[in-house]
Amino acid sequence: MKHLLGLKDTSKEEIENILETARGMQVILDSNIKKAPHLNGKSIVTLFYENSTRTRLSFELASKYLSSASANISASSSSVAKGETLLDTGRTIQRMGTDVIIIRHPMAGAPHLLAKHLNCSIVNAGDGMNEHPTQALLDMYTMLRHKGTLQGLKVVITGDVLHSRVARSNIWGLTKMGAEVVVNGPATMMPVAIEDMGARVEPNIKHAVKDADVIMGLRIQLERQKSGLFPTIREYSKFFSVNEETLSYAAKDCLIMHPGPVNRGVEMTSMLIDGDSSVIEEQVTSGVAVRMAILYILTR
Amino acid sequence: MVFKNIRYVSVNEDKVMDIHLDDGSDKVVDAKNLVAIPGLVDMHCHLRDPGYEYKEDIASGVKAAAKGGFVKIACMPNTKPVIDNSAVVSYIRKKAESLKSVKVYPIGAITKNIEGKELAEIGDMKAHGAVAISDDGNPVMSSSLMKKAMIYAHSFDMPVISHCEDKDLAEDGSMNEGFVSTVLGLRGIPKAAEEAMVAREIILAEYTGLPVHIAHVSTRLAVHMIRDAKKRGVKVTCETCHHYFTLTDETVYGFNTYAKVNPPLREKEDVEAIIEGLKDGTIDAIATDHAPHHEDEKKIEFQLAANGISGFETAFGLSYTYLVRAGHLSLGELVDKMSIRPLEILKIKDEGVNLTIFDPNVKFVVEPEKFVSKGKNSPFGGFELFGEVMYTVVDGRIVYTSDKVKG
Ligand SMILES: [Zn+2]
Repeated sequence: MKHLLGLKDTSKEEIENILETARGMQVILDSNIKKAPHLNGKSIVTLFYENSTRTRLSFELASKYLSSASANISASSSSVAKGETLLDTGRTIQRMGTDVIIIRHPMAGAPHLLAKHLNCSIVNAGDGMNEHPTQALLDMYTMLRHKGTLQGLKVVITGDVLHSRVARSNIWGLTKMGAEVVVNGPATMMPVAIEDMGARVEPNIKHAVKDADVIMGLRIQLERQKSGLFPTIREYSKFFSVNEETLSYAAKDCLIMHPGPVNRGVEMTSMLIDGDSSVIEEQVTSGVAVRMAILYILTR
Repeated sequence: MVFKNIRYVSVNEDKVMDIHLDDGSDKVVDAKNLVAIPGLVDMHCHLRDPGYEYKEDIASGVKAAAKGGFVKIACMPNTKPVIDNSAVVSYIRKKAESLKSVKVYPIGAITKNIEGKELAEIGDMKAHGAVAISDDGNPVMSSSLMKKAMIYAHSFDMPVISHCEDKDLAEDGSMNEGFVSTVLGLRGIPKAAEEAMVAREIILAEYTGLPVHIAHVSTRLAVHMIRDAKKRGVKVTCETCHHYFTLTDETVYGFNTYAKVNPPLREKEDVEAIIEGLKDGTIDAIATDHAPHHEDEKKIEFQLAANGISGFETAFGLSYTYLVRAGHLSLGELVDKMSIRPLEILKIKDEGVNLTIFDPNVKFVVEPEKFVSKGKNSPFGGFELFGEVMYTVVDGRIVYTSDKVKG
């Protein structure tokens, strides 16, 4: 693999390889001396045009645990503000001997633009509403750890599917791995033709979660209410929040997941977030293992 | 100059003849493999001059139009300054006339600075040679102002051209809303954004009893509504562009900014409806919407990239290949849409000898990097087409000769 731009164009075999490699990385992560030589002599730069603490830190630690040189650029403090084009910024970073650029950008296709014109490897850390492949991979990795297989799992993704790159990457990845994906949320937040991507739309949350093995909440941006996508937070949580009652319709050992950060009480109740079914904190650890695996595979 | 044994095709004519040009040359061309048609007329293009000469200027635009076989072109007013007064109209006409090539007809703005607030000096622009009015790219959102524009313009016999897009429904979309926009995570522009305004313009035309011309029709429902309106006797005419019957939104895959255009490329059912509309006469004309841009405006994030396709140099080849050779239209019908109807709609007199002479049989490959237009922005690179223009004749003078027939 040269780049990781999205799971749409990643094969089942490549996904399996990443998930398998992540298992080995988890051993390093769980050990006392979190230092391995896999990325020794490599240079990795995160280029973030959007604020994100957790994804960025996760990538940074992943590259440091594997002994690479790493640096971070954020849009606010770089030449981006002076109007430099994305390609010029990318070329400059590449010229400094960078092997991998990890980019997060508010616009779909930004990582693809870099990949097309640069020689170094590009990792998409989230581009607009398009994809967030490392998130979906860490989600699948977490599911795999608990369920042993992804084949035949019923995964319900609920919330603002329209604006969600996490949902898109999960739909591509999970369906390739043989899981069933059901999406739920306000009808105004369902992208057109989403079913042609392989997910089934179920507008009623109780029907959606029936016998589900995994329920994944998506972060809702509270400002979306202003653009007429839903009336009030109150009504949103009344009809779309995942709570104890919702969970009772799911399979017995259903996992509760969320890419974070969570709006407690909106997307799901605190009792679920902190409850026994929740693997939300574990997802964070998985994120580091999966990102270590991806960086290793791309630089090998 | 003489074209010996050339096939001449017009709407109701198809014959082999010799064409004599009174251009002082005594050259005789054996033209038995070429076809001559009445010169192409483009009723919708962007020449970018004044203001955006780094994208195109009148000289480079005219050169590209000549290469594309056009003898007359009408340019849209979204320049800087906007063509919203007689001075800019005169500037463009004078600059174009000095080139002694393709004739350029400015289209004035409906409203001052294309802001949709106050009417521009429509009468004065007409007096200085503007042939129509349009707020292309930034449609008049106020229905009452549009109604007044139609009434006022009609009193000066000025055609009104509407770029139909309900900006509110389009929100900040950057491609057609559909499966492809969902897959790419790009915000979609619903077809309804175009259709809602087509409906409004039809209603205004029916209500006032006055004509309106719909620019670059791209959706199935828009074609249906215009067809129905015409049946009722509404004075609505319309055009489409070559990209709307040759490409779908799937061209955007890979975040291909060359496929970013407004209205956006639609879906298969729309392409089929456009072809159907061309066949049954619902769609009167084919325009290029030639919209040249600098490379830097396309080699960026899709959402930020400029809308538009550099179209002069591919429009005829695509139309000939995808409509005539594909069996949808006769060559005579294509002549109607690309040469005759645009003149009628814009009420431009057809004087002198204006011809487009092309090779119908030899395949050519589209190479955008070799365009003479400054805008190399085309999604048609690598397309293999028929109908390459060999000569363009304006007022009895050859203004373009292909390298392939030179020497
Ligand atoms: Zn337009």
